[in-house]
Amino acid sequence: MNPDASTIAAGAPIEVDLSPVAEGQDIKVFWRGKPIYISHRTKKQIDEARAVNVASLPDPQSDEARVKSGHEQWLVVIGICTHLGCIPIAHEGNYDGFFCPCHGSQYDSSGRIRQGPAPANLPVPPYQFVSDTKIQIG
Amino acid sequence: MSGPSDYQPSNPALQWIERRLPILGLMHSSFVAYPTPRNLNYWWTFGAILSFMLGMQILTGVILAMHYTPHADLAFKSVELIVRDVNYGWLLRNMHAVGASMFFVAVYVHMFRGLYYGSYKEPREVLWILGVIIYLLMMATGFMGYVLPWGQMSFWGATVITNLFSAIPYVGESIVTLLWGGYSVGNPTLNRFFSLHYLLPFLIAGVVVLHVWALHVAGQNNPDGVEPKTEKDTVPFTPHATIKDMFGVACFMLLYAWFIFYMPNYLGDADNYIPANPGVTPPHIVPEWYYLPFYAILRSIPNKLAGVIGMFGAIIILCFLPWLDAAKTRSSKYRPLAKQFFWIFVVVCILLGYLGAQPPEGIYVIAGRVLTVCYFAYFLIVLPLLARIEKPRPVPNSISDAVLAKTGSRSTPMVSTAIMLALAGSLFAGSVDSAKASEGSDTPPGNKWSFSGPFGKFDRGALQRGLKVYKEVCASCHGLSYVAFRNLAEPGGPSYSVAQAAAFASEYKVKDGPNDAGDMFERAGRPADYFPSPFPNEQAARAANGGAAPPDLSLITKARSYKRGFPWFIFDFFTQFQEQGPDYVSALLQGFEDKVPEGVTIPEGSYYNKYFPGHAIKMPKPLSDGQVTYDDGSPTTVAQYSKDVTTFLMWTAEPHMEARKRLGFQVFVFLILFAGLMYFTKKKVWASSH
Repeated sequence: MNPDASTIAAGAPIEVDLSPVAEGQDIKVFWRGKPIYISHRTKKQIDEARAVNVASLPDPQSDEARVKSGHEQWLVVIGICTHLGCIPIAHEGNYDGFFCPCHGSQYDSSGRIRQGPAPANLPVPPYQFVSDTKIQIG
Repeated sequence: MSGPSDYQPSNPALQWIERRLPILGLMHSSFVAYPTPRNLNYWWTFGAILSFMLGMQILTGVILAMHYTPHADLAFKSVELIVRDVNYGWLLRNMHAVGASMFFVAVYVHMFRGLYYGSYKEPREVLWILGVIIYLLMMATGFMGYVLPWGQMSFWGATVITNLFSAIPYVGESIVTLLWGGYSVGNPTLNRFFSLHYLLPFLIAGVVVLHVWALHVAGQNNPDGVEPKTEKDTVPFTPHATIKDMFGVACFMLLYAWFIFYMPNYLGDADNYIPANPGVTPPHIVPEWYYLPFYAILRSIPNKLAGVIGMFGAIIILCFLPWLDAAKTRSSKYRPLAKQFFWIFVVVCILLGYLGAQPPEGIYVIAGRVLTVCYFAYFLIVLPLLARIEKPRPVPNSISDAVLAKTGSRSTPMVSTAIMLALAGSLFAGSVDSAKASEGSDTPPGNKWSFSGPFGKFDRGALQRGLKVYKEVCASCHGLSYVAFRNLAEPGGPSYSVAQAAAFASEYKVKDGPNDAGDMFERAGRPADYFPSPFPNEQAARAANGGAAPPDLSLITKARSYKRGFPWFIFDFFTQFQEQGPDYVSALLQGFEDKVPEGVTIPEGSYYNKYFPGHAIKMPKPLSDGQVTYDDGSPTTVAQYSKDVTTFLMWTAEPHMEARKRLGFQVFVFLILFAGLMYFTKKKVWASSH
């Protein structure tokens, strides 16, 4: 009952062009049936994410560990709430990040859980930069 | 099932069979000669009601499966086509969907009955545990069945419930992948859920056989909780219990039919009339009412794993009930303290059900925690403690003693009424409609609709005018993809002739092909064609409308609702009010205001609408006075246009509504006569036994 070959094949890596995404905007792409949020973060959002005391977080992880160095403005996370799988809404909530409408979990501008029932941060999918304006997810 | 039978058929052919397979003897000893306690009350008829419901679900389900397509792209449409095109498909679907709810109503009564009268106690532990297994199987079946229509609530319910398993340490994620058959809920998930949804009812039927077998070995419990001692304590199953069960089933069918014919969407969620969309989560994900108490327990525990354990534990704990409650006296009738705690427990369950439907915030969370503690305390503290400290009243020596002593006593009816009220309460608490259109907006004003109430009919003139408004105004952006031109000539609709419908169709250009040269071509529409959509796909619709795709209108009056709130949803059950959708649509069309009130900011490209959730709607004011000309002299005002087009859209959402209400009346007349007949037959049969 595990995924069949065609499902696995359809889950191959995808490339996303980032050049049309302006600062402060974000796009949602689907990979393996999951929504992936790609946010072009503002300076303010990056600073907020880095100012927080990592040890005080429910799921401690530094912002540096969640983005690729040299591309700090890009946050790439799987947009599925780690509580029960709803899709959080971008640019909502008290932390300039994501807000899940189902059970009220709030994530910050680094996709880390800050408030609510979710146990973990929004996961970062495997991806790398193929060029400065293009990433490959998967 | 209760020992070797001495039954001998008189027919030689049957004798021949009986010598080789004593099936008639088995039937005779199980359902004819089987001695049943003579003091059973009507709460004992729920076993028969449940058997009836299981049969009903399997029968309607098998027929529905003949018409259903388990594919993520086609499932929603195939369900709509069942309702619209299959002969009596609307009836089958309502019977099956409402039947699931009724099945759970009956099983909850059955379980509370067992709880009250101590039916789980020695020697009926295995019987009780088999019952808990049936209940678990029912929950799994009900959940998977709810996924099959592939609406928004189906999809997101499936996502939330399957994600529960990800809470299991280490293996959780792999289990979830196994359930999905992919990387998220999708087509493979739908396929396996369909397969399992077809399989599980037969497993339930198998466990029901074991359940009945165990029942017939241990014998039925009874309201006094003393075992039958002599022949005087029992009556033969047939005709006594059979006829009583028939009466019980007939009464239950009245409730069942009320929902099927008059309130088919009362227990459902408006969001499930929106096709599944993996990119948009509905604002409130609410499971079906029968899971709400457990959902409330899940949400009240702040830790994910602990929440999941709490939720499943709340059901599994029932398996241990025979050992948690060690009191010797079975029936709560003779246990003054246990009786009171039982009723408190019932109220706790109902309140948990109510909280399960509320958003998880503020007071609701705290109340949920308190009640969760109460729920578990009943099993883990109250029952074990009561067994030690409670002093039960003396139980009668035998059932016949109890029957003689009771003549003229009125305690049972009182308890029965209380249970009935509690049950009704739980049903209503769970049936709170989703608050799809309620967030931060005004409640739409009520309207007088010609199609409301038990004898409601569509106003033909309004349907025809509404069609005109749709065609001239709405159709430039909104599709009507489930409606075919032929429907315009069908009974219960706008009453056009077949020729008129064909002429109407021929005004449209429909894309067809490929032809022999392999090219697509356009031709005039035929009655069998569906209304063409204004945009080729959702992306095109989105791009042309500032990022918000205009929704298809076929089902809009059923896919929109607003929160009625307590206590209105209780009155709605009796008044058959279910016009939230039309009220909302009509209010929305008239709710545009040029002047934006203080404190509301409307983004550029949006318009202020008083009734739209969040007030900022992408659709500009669609209707203005005099825009569409009417031939029949009706006023050409926005109010009239809204009313007409809403009536028309109610018809497109449910083209067989008139047939439903008409048949409903006939069924009610029949059922009332049938129930009366059963009642008097039962009286006659039991006359000598009382």
